[in-house]
Amino acid sequence: MRGNRVSEWLQQIVFTGPATLAFAIIVVLPFFMGMYYSFTDWNGVAGNPTFVGLDNFKALLADENFRTSFGFTARFTAVAVVLTNAVAFLLGLLLTQRLKTRNMLRTLFFLPNVIGGLLLGFIWQFIFVKGFAAIGGLTGIPFFNLPWLGDEATAFWGVVIVSVWSGAGYLMVIYIAALINVPQDLTEAAEIDGATAWQRLRHIIVPLIMPAVTISLFLALSWSFKTFDVILSLTGGGPFASTRSVALDIYLEAFTNNRYGLGTAKAFVFFLIVAAITTLQVWITKKREVQA
Amino acid sequence: MGMKRYSFRTFTMEIAAILLAIVFLIPFYFLIGNSLKPFAEILLDSAALPKKLNWDNYAKAWEIMKYPRAFGNSLLITVTSIAGLVWISSMAAYRMVRRPTKYNQILFLLFVAAMVIPFQSIMIPLMRVANWFSLMGSMPGLWFAYLGFGSSLTIFLYHGFVKSIPLEIEESAVVDGCSPYGVFWRIVFPLLKPMTVTIVILNSLWIWNDFLLPQLMLSGPELRTIPLSTFSFFGQYTKKWDLALAALVMGVTPIVIFFLTLQRHIIEGITAGSVKG
Repeated sequence: MRGNRVSEWLQQIVFTGPATLAFAIIVVLPFFMGMYYSFTDWNGVAGNPTFVGLDNFKALLADENFRTSFGFTARFTAVAVVLTNAVAFLLGLLLTQRLKTRNMLRTLFFLPNVIGGLLLGFIWQFIFVKGFAAIGGLTGIPFFNLPWLGDEATAFWGVVIVSVWSGAGYLMVIYIAALINVPQDLTEAAEIDGATAWQRLRHIIVPLIMPAVTISLFLALSWSFKTFDVILSLTGGGPFASTRSVALDIYLEAFTNNRYGLGTAKAFVFFLIVAAITTLQVWITKKREVQA
Repeated sequence: MGMKRYSFRTFTMEIAAILLAIVFLIPFYFLIGNSLKPFAEILLDSAALPKKLNWDNYAKAWEIMKYPRAFGNSLLITVTSIAGLVWISSMAAYRMVRRPTKYNQILFLLFVAAMVIPFQSIMIPLMRVANWFSLMGSMPGLWFAYLGFGSSLTIFLYHGFVKSIPLEIEESAVVDGCSPYGVFWRIVFPLLKPMTVTIVILNSLWIWNDFLLPQLMLSGPELRTIPLSTFSFFGQYTKKWDLALAALVMGVTPIVIFFLTLQRHIIEGITAGSVKG
């Protein structure tokens, strides 16, 4: 009996110990430390940060950078979520038709997604600065002759374009998986009964792929809200901090301004929002699973 | 749609889809085309094809970004982190499914709950913790950090999969005198293979492309991965587009080849991973 108990303990440690240790040191400990530091004046140098109560959170509410970065992130998220999903859905619809080249096309549309955000931003920096200007010169289309990354309004759309370009292929894969599972006899029966393509889409296909819609909406929501790499390399947050995302603002606050206390307070608020979005996602997905 | 032939309507859609794909891929044309031009030619006309293929840019960028070393570092950290993650997470998930004690249930819940924490929320105190445990400035330190960050999703995915493996197979092995560790490594782990493939793919795309964690933890040119060496390259050679584009092409090539070789698995893995995550 006793040997058994020891062996059970040993097994528990061997099987779950390494993962628990890494997780505790890398995620759990810093998470709770961050909560504590958000109430201190830690600046990275002082060995012993002093407790300052809610000062950081008050400062955060008055902080111009946090407000503008929050505004940018909210606007960007709203636009990017809708556009990425719209493009992905249309691509999915197109590439589930009986096209001869559809497998190759699926691969091509997915391709940008495997490129990491940092390199993606640098590549598009060239496209906006040199490529668009060249196309504009050749075709005379005003769209390409805009200042793009040099102007606040167009820089916003620049970030949106890159996000849609890289994210659409991923969501397209999810939409395709769902569209393939729509029973063909349903759409065919509706067609025989005289339903137009739009009616079939609206009343048969879309309701049946709602699970994929939910997943894709929330994936895009979570990506957009956390955008960091691509902005760092594409615009660096500029011009005039107009494309500075919350994630980038936290980074700059901590590692450029060295205000770790304020940085952790911002990070804590950021966590609350992301956690709320993600929890809502899981909740909705679970609810739908029960119904299905 | 069932038995329909290849109609004119489908043909029109096919043409439209191909045209769309061409527009979609134009950035790659600009990237590759201009990476083969001398600087003056890029400034003159970036839309034209290169007059002649000029590989000098590649030779120079290869030297400046120390490409073989950056590639080696990226490969090393990606492969070792994934091997470590597969090892510790499959074991932990297996134990949590087969011994659902109160403690293990709470532990699993913690791993899952942590998936909602964005990296930026914990990176600042993490730097301090990493200092305490001497994880800063070294590959093993970065490796350990990836184990911590990756374990949540990896355990979550394995946990769901272990549940689908019938207990009878293990029981018969126990009767035959196999130790608990032998049962796991010889019988259960091979059965996890489909999920292991998904996990390897999802984590490869993440770790290979990750920029911020290595940027914060590593220092000095010796340890730079591809994203880090691209970043420092852009810091030094701002607007030197001839070299920069060659560096970017070399930066994206490995992951693009990885994708094209394993595309079927990658697309399946993403579908599986996102449906569950």
